[in-house]
Amino acid sequence: MIFVKDKDIVIPGDILAENEYHTGRGTFKEENKICSSVVGLIAIRNKKISVIPLQSKYIPKKGDVVIGEITDIRFSMWNLDINSPYSGILPASEVFGKEKRELNSVFNVGDVLFLRVVDVDEVKKVKLGLKGRGLGKFRDGILISITPTKVPRLIGKKGSMINMIKDHTKCEIVVGQNGVVWVKGEPAMERIAEKVIKTIEKEAHTSGLTDRVRDMLSELCGEEKEETPEKENKELPE
Amino acid sequence: MNSIVPEITRRSIINLINNEERADGRSLNEYREISLENGVIEKSEGSARVKIGNTQLLIGAKPQIAEPFPDTPTMGVLMTNSELLPMASPTFEPGPPDERSVELARVVDRCIRQGEVVDLEKLCIIEGEKVWMIFLDIHVLDYDGNLMDAAVLGCVAALMNAKIPNASVVDNEIILDQEKMSPLPINEKALMCTFAKIGGKFVVDPSLLEEDVMDTRISIGMREDGSICAMQKGGTEPITKDELMNLINIAREKTGELLKYLE
Amino acid sequence: MIIIIINNNKRADGRDFNELRPLKIEAGVLERADGSAYLELGGNKVLVAVYGPREFYIRRMQRPDRAIIRCRYNMAPFSVEDRKRPGPDRRSVEISKITSEALKPAVFLEKFPRSTIDVFIEILQAEGGTRCAGITAASVALADAGLPMKDLIVSCAAGKANGQVVLDLSEIEDKEGEADLPVAIMPRTGEITLLQMDGHLTPEEFEKALDLAIEGCNKINQKQKEAIKKRYGE
Repeated sequence: MIFVKDKDIVIPGDILAENEYHTGRGTFKEENKICSSVVGLIAIRNKKISVIPLQSKYIPKKGDVVIGEITDIRFSMWNLDINSPYSGILPASEVFGKEKRELNSVFNVGDVLFLRVVDVDEVKKVKLGLKGRGLGKFRDGILISITPTKVPRLIGKKGSMINMIKDHTKCEIVVGQNGVVWVKGEPAMERIAEKVIKTIEKEAHTSGLTDRVRDMLSELCGEEKEETPEKENKELPE
Repeated sequence: MNSIVPEITRRSIINLINNEERADGRSLNEYREISLENGVIEKSEGSARVKIGNTQLLIGAKPQIAEPFPDTPTMGVLMTNSELLPMASPTFEPGPPDERSVELARVVDRCIRQGEVVDLEKLCIIEGEKVWMIFLDIHVLDYDGNLMDAAVLGCVAALMNAKIPNASVVDNEIILDQEKMSPLPINEKALMCTFAKIGGKFVVDPSLLEEDVMDTRISIGMREDGSICAMQKGGTEPITKDELMNLINIAREKTGELLKYLE
Repeated sequence: MIIIIINNNKRADGRDFNELRPLKIEAGVLERADGSAYLELGGNKVLVAVYGPREFYIRRMQRPDRAIIRCRYNMAPFSVEDRKRPGPDRRSVEISKITSEALKPAVFLEKFPRSTIDVFIEILQAEGGTRCAGITAASVALADAGLPMKDLIVSCAAGKANGQVVLDLSEIEDKEGEADLPVAIMPRTGEITLLQMDGHLTPEEFEKALDLAIEGCNKINQKQKEAIKKRYGE
């Protein structure tokens, strides 16, 4: 027995289904009932019911890429704010290897880095690293924060949404899984990108978003509106 | 989030301002959107909710009968208090008012007192014994920069819509007539206009992000006629006389804009 | 002297014995907070902000296996007829404590070890029943912040005034009535997470009042749900 359908908005405590269904993320089981634990959108895959939260904090996971800001320099490590209830540490060994150097000769408080979550231990100590393509310190540009659960929507299927923003604004854009986004380009274009990203965050759960974002980008960037004949077909909910 | 501004954000704000632009698209001398609602708390004799951008304050004006100060026996008393509620910002802590909160209350108090907004002489009931004491309570609900201008605007609005019962004295006893309420004796209007110096240029109505990167802040309290009634410099960088005189001119124009919200 | 004639069931403000005061709830009203809600119940005006889960800087108070909830219930100086002195008093400290205890059972705290969830309740105008209004609004703000919960928490008082068991006491009924019974529940299971009583009731009257309070909670719960859904345009 199921009481909801795909894309329904549910709130904590709502009974979603009974008996033959399975619990996905954002749900919990009570006796034979599956209930929602968060405010979010229903996603049904086969017999598994999940609720995609509309709002949440970033909880670090091994392997994620995040954008963090250095908040403190300690003995042989940096402390970073990663827009999460848990701050991260970047050990000096991640940067220097075995070489001994002054930490503040490389990164200082206020620097913004693109990093990988190397490990999260059971006491929620978050170890960060810089080994990997594209990781390192940002120079110039602006930062935008969005709800971490909206990150997949901002990126889009195979990067379609984020690439569209990059194409129109000619900005470099890096999205951290912690909801922090870095944008660098012409100042006016940076602001357009910011506006568009904030709109995507606000309307992530609505249908027809891709088309609205495309129109918004064309208008803000002062381009002629593209006449897309196949648009009719795209009005389907995403 | 912590309150250290990322280095790239700082640079981006300064670069924009050097090009006469701001991160939220405003010009250097432009206020954010302002809204003012009067009488929002029915239990308070006067009240106002003011929003400047995302900054939101609620102000209550409450009269009480009290003794005058010994050196001003014929004058009513104005008491200004402010609370930077922990709800308003992740950086505000619960507890007794900290120095930011005390500075805010004192600057607002000076602006309203020296601006002679309320005719305190008319708030005397029995000379040397009983006067009206007006409490102005500034409740900061949402903090996105420039509390001073919002607080003064809200306080003046709350004073303007406050009503006090008629007080008469019979045989040295005060009789309050709750049926006959009258407005406070308002003399003048005074408002405050705040500037932040960032990368060598001044911007009006700094947002929180701009406050976080500013070198210096100047608040100018001004009356309707353009006379100055209070000033406060904040921040660690010095400022020149020429800069100040220029800001006073801009404040005069901006005060005119703010006054429209009190009509 | 004015004599108020009360007919059998109507109360001084014209309500039926089981009628709530007009209620309005709005979710997501503040910019800085992670979650927020505004509630009006009769003349009560309540604003709640939630921050968290966030890093807890007081290390010795961290819980290694869960988040903690800290509540601060505060009355604005202008919220009552006679100005209230700012800052906590014994009453607000007690209400803060029972509020955090009332909210705790609903939140999956074990998902955020070592962190803190801060709930700030501001009473902007008080007219009897502010603790219940605060809890109801706080639970909407917690949901708005995206926190995982078993259920919303909803709170309402019943009591006895003019010899009659009534729902949602007004300020006068609260002051002059015979008993006040604030209750909070998790509506799906009906489990009680807050219970206080002040006054005199027979066990029969208590049961009647409790049933009435729970009935009131269920009505308020509908408004909580509507408020949250409305925030996302439904």
